[in-house]
Amino acid sequence: MQQSVKEKARALLENGTVSRVLGWKKGEFCYDLTPSVFTRVEEVDRDFVYSDFSGANLSKYLISESKKNGKVAAFLKPCDSYSFVQLLKEHRICRENVYVVGVACDGMCDPRMLEEKGGVLRVEARGDTLRVESLYGMEDVARKNLLLERCRVCKSKKIVLFDELLGEQGKEAPAGDRFAEVSKLEAETPEERFAFWQKELSRCIRCNACRNVCPACSCEKCVFDNPKSGVANKAAADPFEENLFHIIRAFHVAGRCTDCGECSRVCPQHIPLHLLNRKFIKDINELYGPYMAGSDLESKPALLTYDTGDCEPSVVLTRGGEQA
Amino acid sequence: MPVNEEFQPTIVAFCCNWCSYAGADLSGTNRMQYPANVKIIRIPCSCRLNPTFILRAFQRGADGVILCGCHPGDCHYTSGNYFARRRMTLLFSMLDYLGIERERTRVEWVSAAEGAKFAATMNDFVATVTKLGKNKRLEDLRCSKA
Repeated sequence: MQQSVKEKARALLENGTVSRVLGWKKGEFCYDLTPSVFTRVEEVDRDFVYSDFSGANLSKYLISESKKNGKVAAFLKPCDSYSFVQLLKEHRICRENVYVVGVACDGMCDPRMLEEKGGVLRVEARGDTLRVESLYGMEDVARKNLLLERCRVCKSKKIVLFDELLGEQGKEAPAGDRFAEVSKLEAETPEERFAFWQKELSRCIRCNACRNVCPACSCEKCVFDNPKSGVANKAAADPFEENLFHIIRAFHVAGRCTDCGECSRVCPQHIPLHLLNRKFIKDINELYGPYMAGSDLESKPALLTYDTGDCEPSVVLTRGGEQA
Repeated sequence: MPVNEEFQPTIVAFCCNWCSYAGADLSGTNRMQYPANVKIIRIPCSCRLNPTFILRAFQRGADGVILCGCHPGDCHYTSGNYFARRRMTLLFSMLDYLGIERERTRVEWVSAAEGAKFAATMNDFVATVTKLGKNKRLEDLRCSKA
C-alpha cells in the first residue's frame, strides 16, 4: 500500500491528470510527516511518503488548493473523506478541481509514542508489528499499541466519496465505543469535572494549532482574531484559563465536527480536545437523533434544523451525572 | 450570619423584543416586584443570542444568565426560538460537562401577556443564583474590575 500510493501520486502527475498532488512529505524524523503539495515528479520521488505516520487530514488544504488553477489530487483516508464531504456540503471546496484518491486505512500510528521512546532512527513496517530501531537498540512493537486514540475507536472505514480507490472499501463499523470516555466524565460530580478540565485546559498555551488544523474551523475571519472578542490572547491567569476559547471553538464546530481527531493529535500540550467535540456529538445523537457530519451531502446538521417537539434546555438539569 | 445573605448577584436577562421584553414591561406597569439585580438586554429574537454572548457575560462577571423568548410556536419570525432552543440545550449541556453549575443558566418562555410569570421567574432565578454564590468558575481576571 505504502508504495502504491506513491506510485499513484507519480503517475497522476506524469500523465497530466492533475497539476498538483496533495500528500505527505518526509520531515526531520521518519515519524513526523508534513502535509505538502507536490508539483513535480522529482519532488514526489524525493519527498513523498505514505506510511503509518501519515495521520494528517489533508481535506482542509483543499479549501485553498481547489481554488487555484488546475486540478489537484488528494489522498484521503476514510476519516479524511468525512471532513471532505462536510466541506463540500458547506460549499468550501470546488469539487471539479479535485481528484480524490481514496486510500483504505488500517489506523495510523501516534508519533508521540515514538517521541517518548526517544532516539528513534528508523521504523519499518512488518505486517502487524513495527520494527523500531533506536539509539538504544532494536525493538518490535505491535502496531495496535502505537495507534492514535482516534484510530483505536475508529468510527468508520468507509470512504464516503472518491474518484479512484486504492485498497478495499471498508464498512461503517465502529472499532470501539468512542463515547466511553465522555460517559465516564459525565458520571462524575461537577466538582470532579471542573477539576479535570481545569487541569487539562490550564495547560493550553493558545498556540491555536487546534484551530488551524481543524477542517471545520475554516472561517475566513475568525472570532479569535478579533482583539475585541476578549479571548484573542492568552489569558493572564484565571481559575480556568483558556476555557472560553475551547468552549467557543467546540461550539462553533458543533454539528459539523466529523470527529477526525486532528485537534488532539496536534496539541503540543496533549490536551484531550476530542472529548469536547465528542460531547457535542453525543448530545446531538441522544437528543436529536443519530447524526454523522460528513456522511452524506444531503442531511442537515442538527443546529441548522429543528423539530417542534425538541426537548427544553432544562433537560440538562435532570440528565446524567450528579446534581450540583 | 451566613455570607450569602449579603451577596447580591449580577443577573443578565436577554429578552426577545416581541414577547419577553413586552412581558417585562407589563410586569412593570402592573407594579409587580422583581429584584434590581436583573439587567435586561433587549434582543430582536431569542435566536439572536449568540452563545458567545452568554460566555462573554460570565467572563465579565455575571453570576447568572437567563434567556427569555416567545413560547415555541409563537416566534415573531416563525422559527427563531426553535433554533435558539437547540443551541441553548447544547451549550448548557457543555457548561455542565465542564463542571459549571447547572443553575446559573436558564431559558424561560415568557409571552407579552405574562407579566406575572416574568416577575416570578426573575424572583426565582435570582434566589437560585444567590444561593449558588459568586460565579467563580467562569470569571476572567482580564475582565474583572480592580
